[in-house]
Amino acid sequence: MRAKIMDRAATVILTLIAVLIIGTLVGLLGFILTQGWHKLNLDFLTSPPDIVNAGGGVGPQLFNSLYLLVLTMLIAVPLGLGAGIYMAEYAPDNKFTQFIRMSIEVLSSLPSIVVGLFGLLVFVNMTGWGYTLFSGALALTVFNLPLLVRVTEDAIRNVPRSQKEASLALGITKWRTIVSVILPAALPGILTGTILAAGRVFGEAAALLFTAGMSSPNLDFTNFALNSPTSPLNPFRPAETLAVHIWKVNSEGLAPDARDVADGAAAVLIIAVLIFNLSARWFGTWIYKKMTSGSN
Amino acid sequence: MSHRSDTERQSGIARKMLSYNKRQWTENVTGKVIATVCAALLIVVVLSITYFIASKGLSTFFVNGVSITEFLTQIKWDPEGEPAIYGVFPFILGSFLVTTLAALIAAPLGIGAAIFMVELFPNFGKKVLKPVIELLVGIPSVVYGYVGLTLLVPFIREQFDVLGFSLLAGGLVLALMILPTITSVAADSIAAVPQDLRNASLALGATRWQTIWNVVLHSSLPGCLTAIVLGMARAFGEALAVQMVIGNTTKLPGSLLDPISTLTSGITLNMGNTIQGTPYNNALWSMALLLLLMSFVFIMILRIIGRKGLVNK
Amino acid sequence: MTVSTLEETIIRTRDVSVYYGEKRAVSNINMDIKRNSVTAFIGPSGCGKSTLLRSMNRMNDLVPSCRVTGSITVDGTDINSPNVNIEGLRQVVGMVFQRANPFFKSIYENIAFAPRFHGLTDKRKLDEVVEESLRKAALWDEVKDRLRESALSLSGGQQQRLCIARAIAMQPTVLLLDEPASALDPISTMKIEELVMTLKDEYTIVIVTHNLHQAARVSEKTAFFLLGELVEYNDTSKMFTSPDHEKTEAYISGRFG
Repeated sequence: MRAKIMDRAATVILTLIAVLIIGTLVGLLGFILTQGWHKLNLDFLTSPPDIVNAGGGVGPQLFNSLYLLVLTMLIAVPLGLGAGIYMAEYAPDNKFTQFIRMSIEVLSSLPSIVVGLFGLLVFVNMTGWGYTLFSGALALTVFNLPLLVRVTEDAIRNVPRSQKEASLALGITKWRTIVSVILPAALPGILTGTILAAGRVFGEAAALLFTAGMSSPNLDFTNFALNSPTSPLNPFRPAETLAVHIWKVNSEGLAPDARDVADGAAAVLIIAVLIFNLSARWFGTWIYKKMTSGSN
Repeated sequence: MSHRSDTERQSGIARKMLSYNKRQWTENVTGKVIATVCAALLIVVVLSITYFIASKGLSTFFVNGVSITEFLTQIKWDPEGEPAIYGVFPFILGSFLVTTLAALIAAPLGIGAAIFMVELFPNFGKKVLKPVIELLVGIPSVVYGYVGLTLLVPFIREQFDVLGFSLLAGGLVLALMILPTITSVAADSIAAVPQDLRNASLALGATRWQTIWNVVLHSSLPGCLTAIVLGMARAFGEALAVQMVIGNTTKLPGSLLDPISTLTSGITLNMGNTIQGTPYNNALWSMALLLLLMSFVFIMILRIIGRKGLVNK
Repeated sequence: MTVSTLEETIIRTRDVSVYYGEKRAVSNINMDIKRNSVTAFIGPSGCGKSTLLRSMNRMNDLVPSCRVTGSITVDGTDINSPNVNIEGLRQVVGMVFQRANPFFKSIYENIAFAPRFHGLTDKRKLDEVVEESLRKAALWDEVKDRLRESALSLSGGQQQRLCIARAIAMQPTVLLLDEPASALDPISTMKIEELVMTLKDEYTIVIVTHNLHQAARVSEKTAFFLLGELVEYNDTSKMFTSPDHEKTEAYISGRFG
């Protein structure tokens, strides 16, 4: 009898935990969105921030986050693909491979602030660039590389072996087989993982404080010269991202509507993360369906 | 078939088999080299992170002459005093306290949720709880910090008539952040328990809960421990979310409701305001080195658990 | 060169053994396979027939622990010699696998992929190769209006014929078929068998099968393997009526297998 009661009680408690977690997420999203809802207008999303007066927006920060995302992915995705291909297709069972595995493990468990400090030493000070978007992109590459390598390796390993055999049996070289047969078949998995990694890049702040910096120059959005200090596209300028902006406004905001700005910025960030997450979910399935279905 | 075409074909066969396509060959080798270089880069990055952080972090002791024992055990942090005192014990204690608190809250919840979604309601677990957990992982840490700051800190302030910035606030925010990690890793290890074991237990007349408690949890113990340690590693290294809600005083806390500092918050707040090369700045790098060493320790613990798990099986 | 010196034999194996690690899977095989004929490999599962087949285009190279001793020559060239280019060998000796394994690409791309890789870039010529290969594989009429659709939208039997077309597009000399119909329904199996009979005019075909009737229907020569050894290699008609070896007799009459 006691066992039966225990069984019942356990079910109830575990269900409560599940409800609590779901409730927390719903509450969290609801809180952030309702708090920030009134700020979600074009003016807020496009105008520059104001340090002392009310009415500042997050235009440059939003742009910086997106630009940094693109820069980071341009560097990190090829490296992640290369290393993932190595781990899945070439890595022999030896010390070198073990060492790489351990490096991936270490990198993925490093605190992002430590990665940021490494970036400060190497990509900011040693190179003499100072706080730049490019330094930030390199730091985020270090931060995301283990995830991308793992994603690529897993996706490749999930491609049926028969695909590889089919290609090799046609006299296709191993490299061409990887590029033209295995990678396309692994694409849904790689894309899903990459979009999730992109979401991480978009939300990351700690690794950027001391690499991309905590301020942006006054950007002139009509200036597209890559080397001009006021050009938004110049990768060698400091750039405060949206996530860093949320942190800064919350810890040292001076403007009277600092709280408002934080609300709005958090809502924008959360919406972006939701978009990344949902698109990763749908996109992977969609492209897989497209690859295997009749209508092309 | 004519004689001539046969001869031609014969020589064609040998030619095909013996000739190398130089372009293909080059491409094949280049591809392998590029992939290997990318993989080797991972080693280079890890080694250079270790080297650079260590060389900066050790200069506190070897250049500025601070004693390592004092650095680790002094409870006073006064880098701008005369003489300057570099005692990082309050930061270390703060990091450990907030990590432990987070694990104490998140471990039962996370493992409970994992049991719920694998053992009790797998359908609902897969369709609802799993996506929820994945969304929670995706929420940036500054957003957790922001919610902690605007919701949790005022709440604690009103309830307990204290400042609100506290160990408790930090522990709760971190617990929420590591909950998804613990849940998903624990769920994987619970799902990996062979169905035969469950059936054997149920066949002996055990209730579902007795089976879960005695059989399933027992055999997935290494996996659940791994989940908790992974969560703790994440909590220990988290910087901004924690820094936003813990108050950042270097006084030792007397209770859950007192403000604290952590290694990460100390670095975050002061790295930008100190001058490169000064003893104060170097001390911050030593704190970064401690963080780095701790993540090595966590990896070692994970490896030990992993090995034990294999032995048990 | 005169007709008399032109070899009747296309594949010749001498003392071929295949090892997986320490285990010997195939022992001392000596056989000559005739040009433009169909040769069937039969025997119970695990007898080494597939292993031997896969060493004829060096697919066993994929298995790190696998080692081949003795000599296998194709048209007089030792395929394991260091001078041999493995990609070139596989152009000459094509292979079709037990389970249809079309690429995750369109029907057209499945066929065009390899010829293009091997240097055929002219769009019109590629179209011709695709059409010709699909016609030879008796698939053209079924797919000619849907060449851009994913190959995975085809039925299992169609997929396997697509894989044969894909191998033919390489203009190989030898086609190795590794139980090509074992995963298919009877009607699809029949179509594959008909195909094999027509293809032998142009190609040398070696087919591994566990279906004795299939071997009897399609092949001119049959090789019976048991425990890694070649028990009997004979004309198919002889093999299925009065085999020389009593073990062959026992296997064919269904006493084991």
